[in-house]
Amino acid sequence: MTFPAVAISAYTATTALGPGREALFEALRTRRSGLQQYESRCDFALDGHSPSLKTWIGEVPQLRSVTLPEQWARYDCRNNRLAWLGLQQDQFIAKAREAVERYGADRVAVIVGTSTSGIGQAEQAYGARDARGRLPASFDYAATLNNFSAPSLVAQAVGATGPTFAISTACSSSAKVFAAAARLMRAGWIDAAVVGGVDSLCLTTLCGFASLELLSNAPCRPFDRARSGISIGEGAGFALLEASADAPLYLLGAGESSDAHHMSTPHPAGLGARLAMRGALDAAGLAPQAVDYINLHGTATRSNDPAEGRAVTDVFGATATSSTKGWFGHLLGAAGIVESIVALLALERGLLPGTLNTADVDPECPNTVLLANETRDIDVALSNSFGFGGSNCSVIFGREPVNPRRLNRTLS
Amino acid sequence: MISCAVLGIGVFGPGLLDWPAARKVLSGSTAYVRTDSIVPPSELLPAAERRRATPSTRIALTAAQQALTHAKLDATTLPAVFGSSSGNPDIIHDICAMLAAGDYQISPTKFHNSVHNAASGYYSIAVASHRAVTSLCAFDGTAPAALLEAAVQALADQTPVLMVCYDLPYPFPLSAARPTIDAWALALALAPENFASAVAHLTLLDGAADADNGVADTALIDPTLDAVRIGNPTARLLPLLAALARPQPGEVVLRQGSGRALRVRTAVC
Repeated sequence: MTFPAVAISAYTATTALGPGREALFEALRTRRSGLQQYESRCDFALDGHSPSLKTWIGEVPQLRSVTLPEQWARYDCRNNRLAWLGLQQDQFIAKAREAVERYGADRVAVIVGTSTSGIGQAEQAYGARDARGRLPASFDYAATLNNFSAPSLVAQAVGATGPTFAISTACSSSAKVFAAAARLMRAGWIDAAVVGGVDSLCLTTLCGFASLELLSNAPCRPFDRARSGISIGEGAGFALLEASADAPLYLLGAGESSDAHHMSTPHPAGLGARLAMRGALDAAGLAPQAVDYINLHGTATRSNDPAEGRAVTDVFGATATSSTKGWFGHLLGAAGIVESIVALLALERGLLPGTLNTADVDPECPNTVLLANETRDIDVALSNSFGFGGSNCSVIFGREPVNPRRLNRTLS
Repeated sequence: MISCAVLGIGVFGPGLLDWPAARKVLSGSTAYVRTDSIVPPSELLPAAERRRATPSTRIALTAAQQALTHAKLDATTLPAVFGSSSGNPDIIHDICAMLAAGDYQISPTKFHNSVHNAASGYYSIAVASHRAVTSLCAFDGTAPAALLEAAVQALADQTPVLMVCYDLPYPFPLSAARPTIDAWALALALAPENFASAVAHLTLLDGAADADNGVADTALIDPTLDAVRIGNPTARLLPLLAALARPQPGEVVLRQGSGRALRVRTAVC
């Protein structure tokens, strides 16, 4: 589609590195990881028992002290506490409410990506069934387990009544929110959107990835020859998008595709990944050379990294790339938004984070993987997110609504 | 306000096994007879995937195939928007029950079938489409959200788009926390307004909620079918199909997740 440049007037991220984008930036700058060894007496264990796994996780310790306001008490669960903690950072709620005031509540959409929503609450409720097998009366399905719970809470918190829904395409969920919001703007249905993603640690994902033998027993090492799988993390991120406004950062394009290959293994040649990246370039009207930095999906599984590396090299040649999952883990449904925010920080502050925990890049991954941090001004950054079901999304951000090199290209 | 063309319709629920049958009932010429829910094996899926696919995936693909056939569209050329409130209710139940029993060995197939986009993932594999496929949820407002997203995508990308909604009941005990009537799937092949071979045109408008009463959804005349409409998030689109079953222009009101109304005007070609 002809993609309107969309202003990004606020953004925030909360991960194991701490609440808010300054905590994220400082950890990226000083190369401090938030991953910790999983212990079976974790906050999200079921009452009295949990699996014994040798793996590392990116847990948000501040969740222990988060309480939802009284009027939204029914939304209480780990995932919504994380959404709420995330919303409080970087004056995000105040800025979103200003946009609602400016455009009208019905002209602001709320689109939130999540993979498992409040399934941890259902895990707990099943553990607390009564003698007749019934769930406790306190279990609130709509406000916790249903994927709509986080977008519903966020919409109420910012006062928006435009289109409100969850996108749940596993690990590409909160990248696709950018594409959906831009489409609604282009159709004239909305003027602004709160987009985001939130996913929290739970036994379903830990045990599921353990059975797929995809959990690394050490902090994940994306693109390393010795990589052995993912570290799961939890996180929340939000961005405020406006169709017509001046802002220091812009959403320039998004591309979505399907592998049509396998439910849980990426296409070995990165076919879907290439289509998503090319789609994002076409939407932005940019040549591949215009992209200065790529935040990779880079999960550190044996299969993702070489497929993504081949796809990136095929489309871009030798662009600087890195995976930041060594800092906060794989955030699943929140990966798209948080890694987009890493790309926004790279644009805003000129910090290109190297790939943490990685020392010996796998020659099977032909892309140019940054290992050390680099500091330089860049104009355009891309973020990749790929998920189960072969669902891919690439998003491009820039410091100008129209990239200067795009104008040059048109003139020449 | 946005407009789009309807190229094809698919529907699968107890007593309404396809669009020709649904049309007779929804236009009032045949009475609705509710039967047990059936979940068909999907012919779109290869044999190996047919065994592993969940009931949600199979019923979603059944409606999808009907709409594609009706529209005479090549599935590899069009994006698709899937909508479901519950996703894969039987898998979520199985996993929660296993974990509560201290059984942490969730099989790889069960795990990949637990994702909300399992049906859309199997769909893209089955029809070998590399186009964008999404999967969304807005609780009882899921179907209007999927309809809006599909119409907006048809407009933005100037291409036909397949919309597929599906919802099945949870097993006990989640069934008590979220009662859902029957297993339903519904699909619409949409296209930009001026597309040739349209069977109908839709105009989507945003509407306020009534300050006192909220949104008054358009009801179905048959009381049994109207109870199904209220009891299954996908069946909330049946009033739109009822409007498409009649030759006269119509308008239906669908409550969105935000509480606002989505007004849909229909004109059958």
